[in-house]
Amino acid sequence: MLEAILALIKIGVVVFLVILPLVMMLILAERRVSAFIQNRLGPNRVGWQGMMQPVADGLKFLFKEDVIPGHVDRFLYLIAPGIILFPALLTFAVVPFGDQLTTYIGHTLVTIRFQIADLNVGVLYIVAVASLGVYGLVIGGYSSNNKYSMLGGLRSSAQMISYELPLGLAIISVVMMSGSLRLQDIVVDQYEIWNVFRQPLGFIIFLVASFAETNRLPFDLPEAEQELVGGYHTEYSSMKFASFFLAEYINMITASALITTLFFGGWHVPFGILEAINLPVLWEQIIQILAFSLKTLFFLFFFIWVRWTLPRFRYDQLMNLGWKSMVPLGLLNIVLTAIGIAVF
Amino acid sequence: MIKVKKLRVPKMNFWERIYLPNIIKGLRITGRHIPKKKFTIQFPEERWVPRPGYRGAHRLNKDEKGRIKCVACEMCSSACPANCIHIIGGVAPWDDREKYPVVFEIDMLRCIYCGMCEEACPREAIELTEVYDFADYSREALIWDKERLLAMYDLTKDGNYHKNKAQKLIIQ
Repeated sequence: MLEAILALIKIGVVVFLVILPLVMMLILAERRVSAFIQNRLGPNRVGWQGMMQPVADGLKFLFKEDVIPGHVDRFLYLIAPGIILFPALLTFAVVPFGDQLTTYIGHTLVTIRFQIADLNVGVLYIVAVASLGVYGLVIGGYSSNNKYSMLGGLRSSAQMISYELPLGLAIISVVMMSGSLRLQDIVVDQYEIWNVFRQPLGFIIFLVASFAETNRLPFDLPEAEQELVGGYHTEYSSMKFASFFLAEYINMITASALITTLFFGGWHVPFGILEAINLPVLWEQIIQILAFSLKTLFFLFFFIWVRWTLPRFRYDQLMNLGWKSMVPLGLLNIVLTAIGIAVF
Repeated sequence: MIKVKKLRVPKMNFWERIYLPNIIKGLRITGRHIPKKKFTIQFPEERWVPRPGYRGAHRLNKDEKGRIKCVACEMCSSACPANCIHIIGGVAPWDDREKYPVVFEIDMLRCIYCGMCEEACPREAIELTEVYDFADYSREALIWDKERLLAMYDLTKDGNYHKNKAQKLIIQ
């Protein structure tokens, strides 16, 4: 019972106090960072430094006319935004954002894990649920009954298939090092040295594949404004359109959190700083959560940074990179990891 | 025989083929732009001051007695390539000239700001100023009459139009 209540509280805190505000800040950050990179200022009028701009955008989305075109497949058209939003939120369930805390609530000793669900197959769960997100795009593209949306949906499915594989292969090499599919174990395994130093190739593969998974530039072929008029969400308007964007940003957060967890030691504070200053347990936990957040925020920034640096890949280049380079490299990485484990 | 120079696409070496060093180079370039000085002018607070000779909104000059300088010769409206100046002349109430404009209208939406009227004017009565912020809500409001054009003279005669309106001036 207590477990369930705790889980509900954690879901509430994570979804409504962390993810959704972070998404809003990301929308602002995307616009301002892009402006800074182009030597502009970006939106800075609504609120201090434009902090209320996402609220204004959200209000605008809410009050816009919600057009459902006559030529769409109504049922699929209506559920597609939900389908894409749902797995995006689900994936975050197993990401550990801190260690655990043992404390008394009333008179019972409770262990609070800073993780919504401590699955022992956490990595598998993430790979399984993350690949569900593509159905939202494909159904959205198909049900719009529009050639551009259809092309966008088709592209996204092809892209997902070709990048799911290297993503999985990169994860396998990490799992080989830790010997466990639990994300907490993977974090603890990196206590000595982060996986990014032990698995540089795996890290690069995972990074590139996660860019493709989140449909961010340089792999945003499903939306490709210039050629596909917005791709799968061409026919959507108002809040339905916004939910596609919400899903994209939530996916970005999850991807950054995963990169942090799998390769940058999760909530682990580097250089033994925590051991050196010797704080009370609660403060230690808070600092660990902060460390996790900082690492994740850096990768979120990195996502935006890359967007304004690299041009979009052509469709065949994307496929070439996926099947001819990333998959063999992923396999090579597994062999190298196996040899490494056998030798050391 | 024409000499043909065949150009071949140079082969990429290993580091170029794996993209990553060049991606890092690109990231460094974009990253360097983040702390750089921004070009945005924050308009209502900061104002860009045009250089002398800028052709903005028109004004009708007044003489030392505060009377309109224009003598309704219609040189400007004949010179105007956009046909945006409309003048109806009348008998001047003053002794030193015969005519003065009863109606002097400029359609600011039709005007192409070429400055031909300024060049054509024998009395230096019409001039283009440094004013560029005269957007309005309707087409009717942008047909400026004599009073509006004379008011522009009072606003711009000392050259402080932008200084009076903003805290910070941007002179480039």
